[in-house]
Order: sequence, then structure tokens, then C-alpha cells
Amino acid sequence: MPFTLYDKLWNSHVVAEEEGGISLLYIDRAMLHEVSSPQAFAGLREKGLKVRNPGAFLAVADHSVPTLHRGRPIADPQARAQVELLARNANDYGIDMIGLDDPRQGIVHVTGPEQGFTLPGLTLVCGDSHTATHGAFGTLAFGIGSGECESVLATQVLRLTKARTLRVNVHGDLPPGVGAKDIILAVVGKLGSNGAIGHAIEYAGPAIRALTMEGRMTLCNMSIEAGSRTGLVAPDGVTFAWLKDRPLAPKGADWDAAVAHWRTLPSDEGAVFDREIDIDATKLVPQVSWGTSPDQVADITGRVPDPAGASDAETAAKMTKALSYMGLTAGMPVRDIVVGHVFIGSCTNGRIEDLRIAARVLKDRRIADGVQALVVPGSQAVKQQAEAEGLDAIFRAAGFEWREPGCSLCVAMNDDRLPPGARCASTSNRNFEGRQGQGARTHLMGPAMAAASAIAGHIADPRDYLGEA
Amino acid sequence: MQPFTTLTAIAAPLIEADIDTDIIYPARFLTITEKKGLGLYAFHDRRYDGQGGEVTDFVLNRDPWRHAGILVAGPNFGCGSSREQAPWAILDLGIRCIIAPSFGEIFRGNCYRNGMLPVTVGEADHAALLSDANAGASLHVDLNTRTITRPDGSTIAIAIDDGKRDALLNGWDEVMGILNLYAGTIDRYEQDRRTRLPWLTR
Repeated sequence: MPFTLYDKLWNSHVVAEEEGGISLLYIDRAMLHEVSSPQAFAGLREKGLKVRNPGAFLAVADHSVPTLHRGRPIADPQARAQVELLARNANDYGIDMIGLDDPRQGIVHVTGPEQGFTLPGLTLVCGDSHTATHGAFGTLAFGIGSGECESVLATQVLRLTKARTLRVNVHGDLPPGVGAKDIILAVVGKLGSNGAIGHAIEYAGPAIRALTMEGRMTLCNMSIEAGSRTGLVAPDGVTFAWLKDRPLAPKGADWDAAVAHWRTLPSDEGAVFDREIDIDATKLVPQVSWGTSPDQVADITGRVPDPAGASDAETAAKMTKALSYMGLTAGMPVRDIVVGHVFIGSCTNGRIEDLRIAARVLKDRRIADGVQALVVPGSQAVKQQAEAEGLDAIFRAAGFEWREPGCSLCVAMNDDRLPPGARCASTSNRNFEGRQGQGARTHLMGPAMAAASAIAGHIADPRDYLGEA
Repeated sequence: MQPFTTLTAIAAPLIEADIDTDIIYPARFLTITEKKGLGLYAFHDRRYDGQGGEVTDFVLNRDPWRHAGILVAGPNFGCGSSREQAPWAILDLGIRCIIAPSFGEIFRGNCYRNGMLPVTVGEADHAALLSDANAGASLHVDLNTRTITRPDGSTIAIAIDDGKRDALLNGWDEVMGILNLYAGTIDRYEQDRRTRLPWLTR
């Protein structure tokens, strides 16, 4: 019987089955960060429990860390206490902790793959909804709450119901100037913010196979924005080449044995998915969000939609509310939307390729007067690599600030926060109300478009700046 | 965990689609490492204006819904971030049951672990319960009989699997439950895993 990638990952991790379709699923690995883990450790202490397998965990602070003045203690006492608590918990329970001064530091979903902590065929969880990022490697990865973190710390298992499967087939080749972020924004737009609830997504097709690992991570990262906890790409030669010789990847004969196993993981010919959708990559143009939900997206060549044209009353109400929060008028060209802030970074688009394409747009150009622009590399490794390539100099010369790694303006828990009414062209993953600061307005887009928008001072088509229009 | 058996309470209507966990619990309060006492921050930027005054037309600031113990919410309630602060904050407001056409999956799972009951209902039932909530009526939720009783005496079924229901009814702690039932089974799985995947060293 042919199995899907998801079936294989799921079936090989079932420890026990209970009535009603509930399985006890074994969790190979988990990442811990400072926001969702304190209450999990407090739970262990309360119950007098130990961590079952400390080697299964990797801890790194990312959400509340400042992106400036990293040599000094964190100024915000509450954030400082939170980051110190993570280190203390990790130390108390014998868990590998990446400190703020560690060259491995970065956003959990950037650091994990970089270290080879993320491997195909494994299950991996984190108290963070963007954990599906790791699915780019053919890892069954999903976000969990703090209570579930406590379960994994104490037991290495979670009680779960198997998801239905949804294959997203992306046919053809992407046109120049269109990237992974545009695919996922289009997919979320097509599925809707709740369209994939209860489903595990597998992204497949020639356009996906042609993506680099960075692109595949961008893609899987935003699966949750369509309601799915899990997004997967089948591992292949691209995956193996990217992982080989990573610090925690298997070495020598172990590597060969691992790759042999990983080659058995892709969905079998004839495997049946509960649902499939098709996207024609050749027709895609750069995508940008206009509203307050990630499914409210438009073509860069398009206009802000009119609620009057909505398919139903509920959608129309959601659109009207979004237009009001965003301060936009239905029917206006999206390229007329003026931005005062630009953010390049996050677990979605804070990797080296993202910085490379943004730098390509920015080279020998200046950002528009009045625009405040920020680059926050996803990890120290990304930052070092970018500096070695001279990308930091290009960003700085263009008028961008070059910061230290962390979640920064994607979640606005640290000092990187926008004032009410501010409008930001952002490579992050959520345009929710207040996501970048109370009353702030977010437009989601890829890094090339964010760079182009910084130069133009309004949302701009990156193809006009990449010489590929 | 506090058991959930029955609940009779005023239901507040909050039908907007896609109420995400950033709306339920804004990120800037996430540096708090406690899980108790977070009700102050629940729906903070909807409940309070820039000066800290109550926004008068937000439903939970209005009588009788100020005293609600149940929410009748819109589709995809609790979507977005996995932050468990969202259900903790709602629980701290005294709300233990949320009824919606659909939920963000992680939020829904988090509710069960905190003695809260998320109920997914179809369109017609949702409309009926919403009209009760709009009228300021109380609903009676009985997990024993898996029913929600409306003011007119009619009932709506609660779809929930037996395991989750038993855990809620008894207030069972998930972690202790698994350790008591499955410690040996997990040991055996791990031994087998070492044989199957010898290259996996941690």
C-alpha cells in the first residue's frame, strides 16, 4: 500500500494507540525558547519530575532579546529575567543551551536547521507555531503550547490525532523575481486562514523541487497561516547537500545510513491525499498582504480589493474591518501604499538568501527619505556569512540598520516596536492587528519587495529593481 | 487541573472571524513567566483604550457579558501563535467554555490542558447559540451528558472524544497520566528506535 510522507513519519513514531483515533506520538527532538518554556519547567518542578532525555532538547533565546547593545545586560528587567530563567532551567536539567554570546545563537527555526539538529524523518516540536519551518527537511515538525512542552520534557510523547493530508502541487517554474514567499502567500490566500485546519500539508511539484532549502523553509514556515500545524517537503539531494557536515548531522558511515533511510521517506507513487490543490507557478507575480490576516493578499500589480465583491457576508465583514484597521481604500493600487518602515528578518525570511536578494535590490541605491529600515539576520551564522560577503555594507550604505539576531519586529516583544498607525513593509509572517506594535500596520512580502519598497517609499514591484520585469 | 463537569453561565458573543492569539494576549505581555493572573491582559487592546480606560462597546466590558463564563466566538478562534498565555488569560477572566465554528488547532489543544472546553458547532447551532448570547442569556453546559442546554430547553450536542472528556471530567493531569500508563511502553519504543536508527545519537 502506498504511503504519503506524512503517513511514514507518523506511523514510525506511534508509541501506542488509544480509542477514538488518538495516538501517543514519539517526539525525537524539541527546541526551547524563553517564552513558552518557563511554565513547562515550573510544571516539572511542581510535580517533582525530571527531563526524560535532555539530549533531545536545544534551548536558545530569541523572542524577547534586544537587537542592539548585545554586549550589555538586557535593559528590560522582565525580558532579562525571562532569558536568564531559560539558561537556569537548561542548566538545572542538563539541556544544551545556546547563550546570547554564543556564535550559534539565532531564531529557533533558523538555528535548529543550521546546527543539523533538524533532520529528515524525525519528529520535532517547539512552543512556537512556526515550527512547521523544519518540515522543509521532511521532518514532522509542529508548534505546541507550554503544557505540551512539559509533556515532551517529561515523557518524550504527545497524545495526538492524526491529521488529514493535503498536497499542494506547484506546477511549472517560477518566473524571475518571484520567490518562495510569493508561493506561500498565494497558497495561504487560496486556502484561507482556516482552510487547512486539521490537515498536514505536503508541498510538491517542480517549483518546490527547484527551491533551495532556504526557500523551502520560508514555504513551510507559514503553513500555520492557513491553519495547518504541519508543512512538509520531501527530502532530496538538495536537503542532503545542505545538511551534510552540519555540527549535529550524522558523520561518516552514520551519514550514509541516515541518507539511505531518508531516501525511503518521500510519498510513494500512487499515495492518496485527502485533498489536493494546484498552483500554476508560471502565473505567479510577487504577492503582498493588504489586510490583517495572512490570507488577505494581492498581486503587486493588483488593487486593494473591495468588500462589495466578497463571496459571502462573513468575508466582506472581515475585509471591511481589515481595511479600516489598515487605513486603506478599496480599489487603490497596492503600489500606491506608502510605507514608513521596512523590516527584513524573522524565521520566515531571515536567512542568507533572503539577505542576498534584498542586497541585490539595494546595491548602489538609497532608501527613501523618512523610511526607517531594519535588517535583523536570523542567526549569528547568517550575520557572519552576510558580513563575509559584504552584504552588511550594502544595507548600511542604503540606509538600513544592521542589527543582532532575534525575532525582533516579527513579534515586537523586545524594543523593536512600531508606533500606532505606522505602516511597515515586512518579510515576517503575520499581519495581525498590533503584531508589530499596538496600532501598527503590517504588509507581508518577500525580501526583494521589502527592499524595493524601502527605496520607493511605497510598496513596489521588486522586478523593477532586479532588472527582470 | 480543575475538573470540568457542568457550567451554567452567561455567554458572550464575539463573532468576528480569525480572533488570533495576539488579539487575545498581545505579545508585549509575553515576558511575564507566570501562568496565573493573566486576565488583566486578556483582549487587552480591544478592552482598553490607549489611556487604560475601558472601551465601552467591547462586549466583555458591557453588562451582562462582563460576567460571562462562556464565549460564543467566530470561525478560526485562537488562530496564530501557539502562546498558551491566550487560554490562561481567558480562563483567568472566568471563561471556561468557548463555542465556535472552528478553532486554531494549537489553541484548541491548549484549552483541554487547562480545564477549558472548546466546542466546535455547525452553522445552525452556532446561529442559535449566538442569538442566545446576544440576548444576554445563560447556557447550561453538561459534559457528562455532552450537551449544551439553551434557555428554551432545547439541547445541542458536544462533539468530544472519550479520552479528552474523561480527562476534563476528572481533572486529570496529562503528564502524570502518560507516565502512569505508558512509562514502560515508551522505554520499549526507545530501545527499538536505537536498533532501527543507530545513526541517531541523541
